[in-house]
Amino acid sequence: MNNSMTMNDGRSPEPVHSVRGYLFVYFALLAGTGLTVWASFIPFGSREINIGIALLIAGVKAFLVAGYFMHLISERKMICNVMGFTAFFFLSLMFLTLYAMHDFPPTTVTH
Amino acid sequence: MSTYLNKFPPHRDDDRAHEHSHHDPGFWRTYIFSTDHKVIGIQYGLGALSFMLFGFFLMLLMRWQMAHPGEPVPVVGWLLEKTLGQVAARGALSADLYNSFGAMHGTIMVFLGVVPLAFAAFGNYVVPLMIGAPDMAFPRVNMASYQCYVLGGIVMLVSFFIPGGAAQAGWTSYSPLATSIPTDGQIFWIIGMALIITSSLLSAVNFIATIIQLRAPGMTWMRLPFFVWAQFVTGFLLLLAFPPLEAAAIMQLMDKVAHTSFFLPTGLAIGGQLANASGGGSPLLWQHLFWFLGHPEVYVLILPAMGIVCEIIANNTRKPIWGYKSLVYSALVVGFLSFLVWAHHMYLTGMGQKIATFFQATTMIISIPSVIILTCLLISLWGGSIRFNTPMLFALGFLPMFGMGGLTGLPLGLAPSDIHLHDTYYVIAHFHYVVAPGTIFALFAGIYYWFPKMTGRKMNEFWGRVHFWCSFVFMNIVFLPMFAQGMKGMLRRMADGGANYSAARVPGAIDTLPNSIMALHTWILWAAMALGLAQIPFIINLFWSIRHGEKVKSDNPWQSTTLEWQTPTPPPHGNFATPPRIYRGPYEYSVPGHATDFFPQNEPPDFVATPEVSTAH
Amino acid sequence: MDIPYTVQPRPDTGVYNAKMGIWLFLASEVMLFGGLFSAYVLLRVGADAWPHGWLNIPLGTANTFVLITSSITTVLAWVSLKNNQFSRFKLFHAITLVCALCFLGIKSFEYRDKFMHYEITLANGKFADGHLIGKSRDFDLAKKTGSVTLHGYEVDQEVDLMDLHRPEARHIQREEITIPAVEIKKMGNYGPWHNTYTAIYFTLTGLHALHVIGGALVIGFLWGPGSRMWKTDPERFTNRVEVSGLFWHFVDLIWIFLFPVLYLL
Repeated sequence: MNNSMTMNDGRSPEPVHSVRGYLFVYFALLAGTGLTVWASFIPFGSREINIGIALLIAGVKAFLVAGYFMHLISERKMICNVMGFTAFFFLSLMFLTLYAMHDFPPTTVTH
Repeated sequence: MSTYLNKFPPHRDDDRAHEHSHHDPGFWRTYIFSTDHKVIGIQYGLGALSFMLFGFFLMLLMRWQMAHPGEPVPVVGWLLEKTLGQVAARGALSADLYNSFGAMHGTIMVFLGVVPLAFAAFGNYVVPLMIGAPDMAFPRVNMASYQCYVLGGIVMLVSFFIPGGAAQAGWTSYSPLATSIPTDGQIFWIIGMALIITSSLLSAVNFIATIIQLRAPGMTWMRLPFFVWAQFVTGFLLLLAFPPLEAAAIMQLMDKVAHTSFFLPTGLAIGGQLANASGGGSPLLWQHLFWFLGHPEVYVLILPAMGIVCEIIANNTRKPIWGYKSLVYSALVVGFLSFLVWAHHMYLTGMGQKIATFFQATTMIISIPSVIILTCLLISLWGGSIRFNTPMLFALGFLPMFGMGGLTGLPLGLAPSDIHLHDTYYVIAHFHYVVAPGTIFALFAGIYYWFPKMTGRKMNEFWGRVHFWCSFVFMNIVFLPMFAQGMKGMLRRMADGGANYSAARVPGAIDTLPNSIMALHTWILWAAMALGLAQIPFIINLFWSIRHGEKVKSDNPWQSTTLEWQTPTPPPHGNFATPPRIYRGPYEYSVPGHATDFFPQNEPPDFVATPEVSTAH
Repeated sequence: MDIPYTVQPRPDTGVYNAKMGIWLFLASEVMLFGGLFSAYVLLRVGADAWPHGWLNIPLGTANTFVLITSSITTVLAWVSLKNNQFSRFKLFHAITLVCALCFLGIKSFEYRDKFMHYEITLANGKFADGHLIGKSRDFDLAKKTGSVTLHGYEVDQEVDLMDLHRPEARHIQREEITIPAVEIKKMGNYGPWHNTYTAIYFTLTGLHALHVIGGALVIGFLWGPGSRMWKTDPERFTNRVEVSGLFWHFVDLIWIFLFPVLYLL
């Protein structure tokens, strides 16, 4: 291991401290919220599309909060990896369970 | 009390590097409300062993009932009736009481016994020492996690004495049964589980953060003892798999207390009457959420044990472990895959072919890294100078027992054969083989192995061997017959031991349980009692040796390479005076040219004619 | 030997211990709410009919704005400490706490609204639905005495109460209805027991609200008595503010998904 470590050496680069940057994210989040509400009233035909759009906007907002407010975007790999695996396991739980509950032998009686 | 403080000095008065002031914190802060990882480790250890003993007694009572349905329990029957009342009328177990013992035996053994011992007790004591850290990353969180554990345990124990009794729906607490049983014991169970889960989550955060952040200089990832890797993966399993069960527990609690219908289907009838619930829920949802934890949980049970066995085998063969990298990668892969196999506990819930095949495939795949780990440990014995001390006996015993447990899991993981074997005694035999002569043997090995570091004395060798051989023989007599019983169709959780389905009860009916199978109950009962007796020398040995065991002549009596043995005995508060510096891997035994047959991790390299044969990665 | 990296980050990971710890804890929280979200998806997909329009969207949107605002004030509070501006930190986190109280206040109002909203199965097979105005003094459901007054309407089929966003729902006239107890077959409010939608709504938002309370308590402590540490160990205090801020952002994150899922879809 390198013994000549200085304070900033190897540390994550200092996250953006600019107030302007944070304000930009803030207004983007507010706009995103308004957009979500507005889009939910537009009839796209099938409910799935509405759900998809809402989740997409929510995903973008989540990325902004996690990336900039929580500084994930300037964080080291270790933490991003942990959160990445977590997201993967959560999605597996949800989709595999969903799949399991909708895959049954053809003669099963469902109400 | 002052002799205690002399024997286990948490602070060393001559420890000059210790920066805090030296007033005696008193009995309470030293032994009860301590934040020192070693004290907490021992607290967890003693607590867990006590719970395991209690769970064992529950099992003995159940085995009596199975061998002698409806007959009063000898010796303790009167006590049962006195403390529990009507459910133990005439000193015999009623069916409801049997069910509650069954549910609580499982819950207590898994969540209050084995996991706290394997993960929290050994992990807390050994891991910081092994990585060269002064303590866990978050000592106060550590204390909080122990306190949650104790509270959870108390809630579980208290539930036996409330009207209606303890939880009776199995350790798996399936809805709608769990919600409809008219006892508040199920509520106590849920609250107890919530506390235990909180304890585990706090511990997991602590362990992972400690291993990542507090490794001493030079302790790279690939120089970590395998035990630390095992605890690291176990921490992640607990961290990510427990919360969905906590979510499910909250929902089951809501079902019971707030009359929601998360897991109650539409049209549910209880006792012939339509249930007063909105319906619309799904019992399968509970099963998915439960087993999402339930499967990683079994790897939580086995991984620390594999870690302990690895340490002891390396030490007692005087040679490096074969396949260190394979071990590490296998542990990581096992951890990852364990999140994707859970529905193999649910093959009989009416799943379709596609999804069953998916889970069957992942289940088969996960057996590969498990076998790799066992194989590496086995091959490590080849060419070793084996010392057959008590820890090594238990570690060696672990290998074939875990092998049997693991192999008998294969017909359960394959959906077609599981159709016949699901919910039979075959399953019980399988998982007990992995946990009882498997994990628990490894935990015994760990106790005998690390006892000298904790106390400065060795446990008695002779009684250790008696403990091993008797336990080994009787464990096998208890669990081996269960495979036969299961294959003959004996189901789990039958309060009468299957008498209702026996050839004696219904002669001439097809596929009843033959007398030979029923007769095994008696063998199992006697073997279980003998197994219990075999633990008495261990218990006496454990406490007697604290004061009267053979004193060790050095801080490293087993001549081990890992860091926990390079500290004073017992290690003082703060463990190391200055951060140790690591130069090599964890299993540098019999290094050619070195003066001794072991090369501790923190010993400076030999600067002599012989080139350094260190295998640093 | 003291525990290293409690304040200074460890060079190879780039974080100090508490930050590592809080991210690990947040990972477990993702799985916790993930379990509940999965339950939501499964219950909804498996349901014959799923309610729409049962929650007040303007109030939910307001709550979303409130939490987002508290998120930026949390970040700015930490930035203020990094820039050595203690009074600004106090100001920003005061706003954070006010936002938290605001959120809880609106949530309580919404909860109360649900508990005052009743659905009554009538003896003639129809359904009455509305908010409770009052019960007569002698009202007793078991004895069948008295009457109850709702501000609502009557429908023929229960399924008509599900989708309040459908076009026909716009023509619903709500008025004062008095129902004598003899005509009531079953009566219940829109609490968690009403159907799986209210069950998952109360559980998800309830657990979320508990996290809001917890986070507010921690931030409140750091704003108040805990802020003494600024004088003795400013860097460690700043880290504490950062760590509690990370938890608060997570609470906001959960709401970002809760709001559309429960209110809009």
